[in-house]
Amino acid sequence: MYLNLPSIMKKIVETARRAAYALLPLVLVGVAALTYNPVQAQSVVIADTMAQRTMACIACHGSEGRVTADGYYPRIAGKPAGYLYNQLRNFREGRRQYPMMIYMVDHLSDAYLLEMAQYFSGLHAAYPALRPVAESAAVMARGRILATVGDASKKVPACIACHGTALTGVAPDIPGLIGLPRDYLNAQFGAWKNGTRHAGAPDCMALLAQRLSVEDISAASAWLASQPIPADPSPRAAATEKRPMDCGSAPQ
Amino acid sequence: MKRFLVVRIVSIIAFILAVPVAILGIQVFHDPGSKEVGTPVANAADQILRGGYLARAGDCMACHTTRGGAAYAGGRTIPTPFGAMYSPNITPDTATGIGSWSADDFWRAIHNGKSKDGSFLYPTFPYPNYTKVTRTDADAMYAYFRSLTPVKQENRPHALRFPYNQRVLLAGWRTLYFQPGVYQPVAGQSVEWNRGAYLVQGLGHCSACHTSRNALGATRSDTDLGGGLIPMINWYAPSLTSDAEAGLGNWELQHINDLLKTGISQRSAVFGPMAEVVRESLQHVSSPDINAMSVYLKALPQTGAARASESVYTTGQDSDAARKIGAALYDKHCVECHRAQGEGMPPNYPPLAGNRALTTASAINPIRMVLNGGYPPSTGGNPRPYGMPPFGPRLSDIEVAAVVSYIRSSWGNAAESVSPIEVGRYRTVPID
Repeated sequence: MYLNLPSIMKKIVETARRAAYALLPLVLVGVAALTYNPVQAQSVVIADTMAQRTMACIACHGSEGRVTADGYYPRIAGKPAGYLYNQLRNFREGRRQYPMMIYMVDHLSDAYLLEMAQYFSGLHAAYPALRPVAESAAVMARGRILATVGDASKKVPACIACHGTALTGVAPDIPGLIGLPRDYLNAQFGAWKNGTRHAGAPDCMALLAQRLSVEDISAASAWLASQPIPADPSPRAAATEKRPMDCGSAPQ
Repeated sequence: MKRFLVVRIVSIIAFILAVPVAILGIQVFHDPGSKEVGTPVANAADQILRGGYLARAGDCMACHTTRGGAAYAGGRTIPTPFGAMYSPNITPDTATGIGSWSADDFWRAIHNGKSKDGSFLYPTFPYPNYTKVTRTDADAMYAYFRSLTPVKQENRPHALRFPYNQRVLLAGWRTLYFQPGVYQPVAGQSVEWNRGAYLVQGLGHCSACHTSRNALGATRSDTDLGGGLIPMINWYAPSLTSDAEAGLGNWELQHINDLLKTGISQRSAVFGPMAEVVRESLQHVSSPDINAMSVYLKALPQTGAARASESVYTTGQDSDAARKIGAALYDKHCVECHRAQGEGMPPNYPPLAGNRALTTASAINPIRMVLNGGYPPSTGGNPRPYGMPPFGPRLSDIEVAAVVSYIRSSWGNAAESVSPIEVGRYRTVPID
């Protein structure tokens, strides 16, 4: 009997090759199963979102950038992105002095800070209930005058002249003034007066703070902190008329 | 007889005077390295580029730039146990910076710790490390600093207490603790190891923080890297030679590279002063150089235990009750990111189990991490880092102590518990 040995060998090799291909997926699954590492598998589940990345912020600024109940940390949700970005950079570069904020943003890039600012600017979480402000009618009236009319004798324009008629801010750089804790507003005026909060020159708010008395500031903060939130709390579009003061951080 | 006594007293006094005079004379007039001359360079632009790279590797900016200030114009406060020091302007402004310095002057400062006028520089400027730098590299850095836009900003005089404000006394310090000398490659070690050693011991000045300092502010040995509490700013720079701390002997090389270059890794993330080092310096260091540093660091002899003398912990609450509080707080606040078994979700949320940054004898770092949270740096390799919330505003000292103690003693971690008193001590947010 004549055996075609080379041909048989060829067939065996071919069969083995096909079997190997057929088994390849199984082998791969097996290897994958053996090298399966639960730690690495879990790392996949971290949400690749700004919400996840900014978990550190909401510890104080409240879920979705709302103001928190402890009455100090300001609301950041829905504030104009340019304003938030300026503040983040001001902290990092020492123009604002709150140590915890400086510590948080110390090592973050401009691009990332801008992304954070845009993220919080785009959030429109509901406002919390107003905290009652216990001040006399006279103080509230003085606050209302300062906010809506200003005091020409002190060369102080009305808050609404720059911060929008609804006081919800003006895009992209001017923050809203309502829905903020009174303590926070007072602290900012104190910082401007003491020279520990700065913005780009001309530093209009620092100038204004010098022209206002402590009583004026207290009246304005009392009135602002007790204003109801309008139906549309978003910042207004940039106004066409010229604002009464030049501000380095909000060029017009 | 009387005359003999007088002669004896006079000669004793003369001898007592002669020693410091001799030390001063040697330190003033002896200028090792002064015979080394700069080598001419073919391409000036290349040299500047290289100098900029080396200035990054040396993290000159960290001290010579103040928060929000002009780059390299100085003015940053450097708190020391001897008083506040203010970094000088090293831009090429003639009146207030180093505009009038020659390459030889710059070399002498780097190599021998002396200013242009020959006065001794305080070793806050880490010349005990920078002396390892070659003349060629020093010249490149000089060329780079010369290429910067001059910034007119007066140097602020240091506010050191007596006697530390007497520069002349540095003659004694230098005699005791300073050994000028360019890095000499170690025969038998690879080119890569030697490159790593050159960078770690020299420009990287890792030992400036990672080695403890004695009462006169001298590091115990410039290659020691045995860990130390960073004076005044109160962060603990862990030992790089101890398996019990940040020794890298059993780390994969890639993880060391990741940590140094991107700020995060499978094993740990940088925080505190090291986050600044990565942001300003290491992320800009080339991958081959980072790898060389990792090779060198990984090969450091591992001594096992860290210095016991560095331990500043106070044994706190070890009771079951405290442990229960810690476990409950962990489940409420930490488990979402650091997971039930402390395995974390690396590299973005580092593991706590087996993370030796948490189990050093001194508990300062984990206490501060819980109190302040924070972000690793934005780097080329990790531009949008995930952050950790600060728990200081939300948790009491007792609660922070309980959760830190829990983390330090769970999942195989076996460090001492911490006390609420210790937590209270570090409530201030460290920023500079």
